[in-house]
Amino acid sequence: MTPMVVAYASQLSVAPGERVSCMVSCFGVPEYEARLVRVICGDQNPAGPGFRCEPVAEVPARRLPGRVQAVHAGSFAQLPAPADGWQLSAGFTLQATIWPTTPDKGQQAIVSVDSGHGGALQLRIAADGSLALRIVHPDHGVHTVATGVPMLVREWYLVAASYDPRTGEVLLVQEALRPELRAAGDTSFLLRLPTGLAADLDGPVLLAGQSAGTCRDRLVAKHLYNGKIERPRLVERPVAVADIRELATAEVPAELRAVTAAWDLSQDIPTQLVRALPGRAVDGLLVNLPTRAVKGSNWTGAEMAWRHRPQEYGAIHFHDDDLYDAGWEVDFELEVPATLASGVYALHLQGDEAEDYVPLFVRPAPDGPRADVVFVAPTASYLAYANEHMVTDAPLVQLVTDQVSMLQPQDLFLAEHREYGGSTYDTHSDGSGICHSSRLRPILNMRPQYASWLGGSGSALWQFAADTHITDWLASTGTRFDVLTDEDLHADGAEALAPYRVVITGTHPEYTSQRMRDAYESHTRSGGRLMYLGGNGFYWRTSFPDDLPGVIEVRRTESGTRTWAAEPGEYYHASSGEYGGLWVRCGQSPQQLVGVGFAAQGFDVSSYYRRQAGSFDPRAEFVFRGVGTDERIGDFGLIGGGAAGLEIDRHDVALGSPPHALLLASSEQHTDTYMLTLEELLANRPTATGTQDPLVRADLVLFETAGGGAVFSTGSIAWAGSLSHTGGDNNVARITHNVLMRFLDPELFVPPHPAGAAPHRPGDPRAATTHTDTHVFSAVPPRRDPATSRSASPTASALRQGNPQ
Amino acid sequence: MEHQPASDRPALELAREFQRAPLGHHSPALARVLRVLRSEPHEGKHVIVCTKPYQEYRLGRLSARRGEPVALIPGLVYGSREDAEWAVFSRRWEQVYGEPLDQLGGRGDLVGEPT
Repeated sequence: MTPMVVAYASQLSVAPGERVSCMVSCFGVPEYEARLVRVICGDQNPAGPGFRCEPVAEVPARRLPGRVQAVHAGSFAQLPAPADGWQLSAGFTLQATIWPTTPDKGQQAIVSVDSGHGGALQLRIAADGSLALRIVHPDHGVHTVATGVPMLVREWYLVAASYDPRTGEVLLVQEALRPELRAAGDTSFLLRLPTGLAADLDGPVLLAGQSAGTCRDRLVAKHLYNGKIERPRLVERPVAVADIRELATAEVPAELRAVTAAWDLSQDIPTQLVRALPGRAVDGLLVNLPTRAVKGSNWTGAEMAWRHRPQEYGAIHFHDDDLYDAGWEVDFELEVPATLASGVYALHLQGDEAEDYVPLFVRPAPDGPRADVVFVAPTASYLAYANEHMVTDAPLVQLVTDQVSMLQPQDLFLAEHREYGGSTYDTHSDGSGICHSSRLRPILNMRPQYASWLGGSGSALWQFAADTHITDWLASTGTRFDVLTDEDLHADGAEALAPYRVVITGTHPEYTSQRMRDAYESHTRSGGRLMYLGGNGFYWRTSFPDDLPGVIEVRRTESGTRTWAAEPGEYYHASSGEYGGLWVRCGQSPQQLVGVGFAAQGFDVSSYYRRQAGSFDPRAEFVFRGVGTDERIGDFGLIGGGAAGLEIDRHDVALGSPPHALLLASSEQHTDTYMLTLEELLANRPTATGTQDPLVRADLVLFETAGGGAVFSTGSIAWAGSLSHTGGDNNVARITHNVLMRFLDPELFVPPHPAGAAPHRPGDPRAATTHTDTHVFSAVPPRRDPATSRSASPTASALRQGNPQ
Repeated sequence: MEHQPASDRPALELAREFQRAPLGHHSPALARVLRVLRSEPHEGKHVIVCTKPYQEYRLGRLSARRGEPVALIPGLVYGSREDAEWAVFSRRWEQVYGEPLDQLGGRGDLVGEPT
């Protein structure tokens, strides 16, 4: 195979003086040199400033041997045996209520028990999709019985196996909960095996897998199961069908409690804990992040939030490709020099025929001096896209981008190594959406020099590599700046931004937690300034689970541009209990925060902006110094050839843009590949494309905030790709620099007097002409009036929750 | 795959239009053709693989089975992304409409053997 070096670090954000560990796997690379480098520009397009990294001289390079480290993906539960072990010599019963999503995949363990002495039990799905019991006896070999009746996909079943060693009798129960299915055939099967096959076992019970030994001191599971498991039980005696049905209820019958291990998966849903019910069970742990807060077999639909009826969310959805922590052994550690300036760095691992760069964001020392400017690296968004497989899994993307997708060596590697885990844009092997992403694994598309099919034409940059155009430009203008990450912002909230006058975002800060959003809002409302130099920001509500460093959770709920849809009733995040989905649907729209919000996406070519009336307002005079009245803004650039592109945002008062926000410029001439985002459509219409719909555009917006602050937004991912054009002498760089200089000036911004701000009120006749649904069915596209900037989306009235600020 | 009847074959001028400007605004007729060509089935769908940034591009075909490698087509190497894009367009055009586009030449010329 092609030589590859892949690696990850223990942290994404590190402070000077901290230690960071690096975990490396090498394929066909016998040794490599490791060094710390500062990433200046991550774009290798020869038409641009070029890829540049500088070694950090204080950290000596080291030569290290390469080795292969395996990733063991797949989630399962590990439930320890009681201190005296499982007393099974008088027989046993294993059972659970299950919703298998791939019953035809082959052998999958539902509930298994092991021992270190050669004995094992598995309640499993057999190769034919039917329920099976497999007994491995240390002296009497392996015995398997199965119902021979395949289970149906995504149907609930009560499954159980009971074995009596005195008689050799096996009772298999495979009982569909849907009455029609239950009535259609046998639900219990009496079978026979040799007598005397039961033996005590001392290993853990596993849910959704069976032990395959250990690797790096961690248990590894095989025969991984896809689907939900609810109410797992192990009874230390054989029981009859009536008892099995009793045991499948929430409570363990009192007379069986002393011999029954039962777990209640509806407890502690935000955590990785599996709680034992009174009896023989001991609390256990989940491995590799299965999905909780999913509907149980008893879900009534009376409540959609799991917090209101956790007892109806007592199932866990396991996937054979879930991954939290690759758990690799450390290949080297590095101490970040105490004097190292905050910035974007990487661990560069250079082999003869392959290399890798592992990004590291060095934040300022907690007690050190701060710059006036901070760049917030949108690491939650990097995680959301981490190792995405959209090109190989979703052939529709060639229609969405109007190009044949271009893959990189990293993509070819990921296509064959699904164990590295997918992104929150991908689906699991069973078709369910991936709602978690972790940074404790190599993330091959979060790299300098990585070109993405999502990045349009030209440099084809997306996320990390694109964001280096912002930090490179800041450095090239001599601006001192610090770097923080989304994780820092989430952890420290408003305090993280308090030292800074100007906060600068990345190109696509799409994924935002409540604490992050509150931090931005607190910043702008207490005199701080925010430069949102991106597109489709602050779009998806995101959670960082408290108990799992480096993980995000996202639920693709009712609307938005989505690559999968959460199941009804599963819209609330497990980790935080928050209602997932679009921030605009949560009443906290991006328009409220930054004046613009996601309007459309395209991914072929970018376009330019043209100045609007707001740019001639004296309040915006500083923005356009040195920019001509009729100049096209950004009709050049490395990302799609223009400053307005990929994903673009629009100003819209009806969706929350502050009424006094100035619409400075709007993009135009987008191709028909750019289509209005779905949450703005109440009904399909064939005019929702770039050449036909004036709602498809990027808006440049400025507004003042309380306390003397201000917000400037570009509403386009591609903006950053134009900064370096002709050595930084261009109108995109000029506007950005003008804004930065004014934002650094402590002189307070003052919002205009309300009388001049044309506030939006319900019933306002001007507003009524715009945010109406009628143009959805109108033959004429809605008109936009740049003077009043009142272009409203067709669904604005449906989306709006009370008065925008 | 069955070719479409010759009477349904789009005008060669649309292929020329694409050859001139593979990216950006297209005429409505070309856009329709592109939607057909890019709806190639998942199994065997063409992709471009960048083997040397800004220098060397190859063609690959996807597998619809998860975990299977992207199969590189032997012997086809292009010096620009646009050439690779045109090569995919030509292959799909011929596959769907039964008409080779060799006569249009130009983009799509091989630059050499894979290295």
